[in-house]
Amino acid sequence: MSAEGMAAGLQRLMPRLVFSPSLSLVLIFIYGFIIYSIYLSFTSSRILPVNDWAGLANYLRLFKLPHWHIAIRNLAVFGSLYITFCIALGLLLAILLDQKIRLEGGIRAVLLYPMALSFIVTGTAWKWLLDPGIGLEHSVHLLGFTNFHFGWIKDGGLAIYTLVIAAVWHTSGFVMALFLAGLRGIDEEVLKAARIDGAAGLRLYTRIVIPQLRPALFSAVIVLTHLAIKSYDLVIALTGGGPGRATELPATFMYSYTFTRNQMGIGAAAAVIMLMTVAAVMIPYLHAETDGRRHG
Amino acid sequence: MVDPRYSNLLPRTLLYLVLALFVAFYLMPLYVMLANSFKPLAEIRAGGLLSPPEDWTVTPWLAAWSSAAIGVEATGLKPYFLNSVWMVIAAVAISTLLGALNGYVLSKWRFHGAGLCFGLMLFACFIPFQIVLIPMAQILGMLGLAGTVSGLVLVHVIYGLSFTTLFFRNYYASFPDDLVRAALIDGAGFFTLFGRILLPNSGPVIVVTVIWQFTNIWNDFLFGVSFADADSQPLTVALNNLVNSSTGVKEYNVHFAGAILAAFPTLLVYVLAGRYFVRGLLSGAVKG
Repeated sequence: MSAEGMAAGLQRLMPRLVFSPSLSLVLIFIYGFIIYSIYLSFTSSRILPVNDWAGLANYLRLFKLPHWHIAIRNLAVFGSLYITFCIALGLLLAILLDQKIRLEGGIRAVLLYPMALSFIVTGTAWKWLLDPGIGLEHSVHLLGFTNFHFGWIKDGGLAIYTLVIAAVWHTSGFVMALFLAGLRGIDEEVLKAARIDGAAGLRLYTRIVIPQLRPALFSAVIVLTHLAIKSYDLVIALTGGGPGRATELPATFMYSYTFTRNQMGIGAAAAVIMLMTVAAVMIPYLHAETDGRRHG
Repeated sequence: MVDPRYSNLLPRTLLYLVLALFVAFYLMPLYVMLANSFKPLAEIRAGGLLSPPEDWTVTPWLAAWSSAAIGVEATGLKPYFLNSVWMVIAAVAISTLLGALNGYVLSKWRFHGAGLCFGLMLFACFIPFQIVLIPMAQILGMLGLAGTVSGLVLVHVIYGLSFTTLFFRNYYASFPDDLVRAALIDGAGFFTLFGRILLPNSGPVIVVTVIWQFTNIWNDFLFGVSFADADSQPLTVALNNLVNSSTGVKEYNVHFAGAILAAFPTLLVYVLAGRYFVRGLLSGAVKG
């Protein structure tokens, strides 16, 4: 083969040569690891991974553990409130900001900055704000209203709602940005036509504008669901899962069973269930997104 | 008839009032952190978190930076701040460079199976990382990287790769193919094309990617707490230790100073390049 031929061959191979290290990393460290974790969930691994096949034992034990049921129930409460409030607040803020507001850029920046902060910082700020001894309750007492009580974070039945407050504060600005981008994308002609037809004010929004925001709403639900299922840092920083187990979520359950309680098989089973839940939400979404783009 | 400008006055005032309340709500935690980081502890106890500082002091900042107890050692947050800095610089640089090359290959050198590769990377962006924690801990141990900053760099490069690849792929997909073809006819090779034609036109996507990676890696807690040891912890883990494992007197002012230290780099990036930050967030949410 001539030198030119070899050079041309190398050129043809180059794209694949450049891409293959990254592809290998993804195949091993993501898909290989997923398979390995699924495998571990079927073994009796405890402090270290072992190869003893245990069948469905870990899953059966998992679903008998009250601790896991609490985590699932908490996720359902936290997730549904987090998603609902973020969307309601995000939509309201986007519509308010769409009224030709002066300083719109500045206000937008203020609503969105929490998204740049870590959940650990978010948790630290809200932990002390919500603490009855030093935070908002204490401040209201200092104003003279000593009957005021706001001790949710110390109350096993209400602590989960403090998680919602901090998480909504963190993410609702982002949902606002999603909706605002959607609002700005609506065809001016459609709005003009609707106004000529007599739609105005609230009716213009409920009939014409909000239905057009469906793609933004869809994205928001997906991203928020995904964030809710993965929630870990915020719980650790804000409540540490407590009081008691009042704010345990599947992510904190998985971590403590795997790394502190030495029940690796159970931890792996919990991780598999988390993955399956995310996949059930994401795969149809990604399919619709990429398909829509290919055909549209 | 009333002048329409005046009939609008009441709803407009109301609108601005509502927005002002929201702005106050969103700013409050930042205000609380800043104000209380400059107060002596006694003043916080006496006056609550909402009052502005009267007796200004920088002692909490000095304590948070260099003398507060993190776990068992009274080192302050400084060593962990530096851990995070090294971790973030290396991981962002490597993952962005690899992402640019991958995006270039996936968009301009479509080979057999490129679609599948794209799908595999896309899904990888959304996995809950709990599913990789156990095997990753083992592999880092085998590689001798457990409990090191280099180990964390490796982890962040791997799990950031899908995002960086997608950002660049989507950006390059709209880069005119005619220019690429013209350069190829002129004899440009794989790397010449990338270095001379695509890279010089990649300014915005590089900024978006770097900001996205920087924010995510700097703010990461899960990987840090899972894979780092006492010396290699990133700042988020150290801050959590400072706030949540302190025994005895709770030094709120030191905690808040520490929280601002941890928030400062990403806030700075947000203030300087907020536009790109938002663009990254939105394209992270709506692929393509």
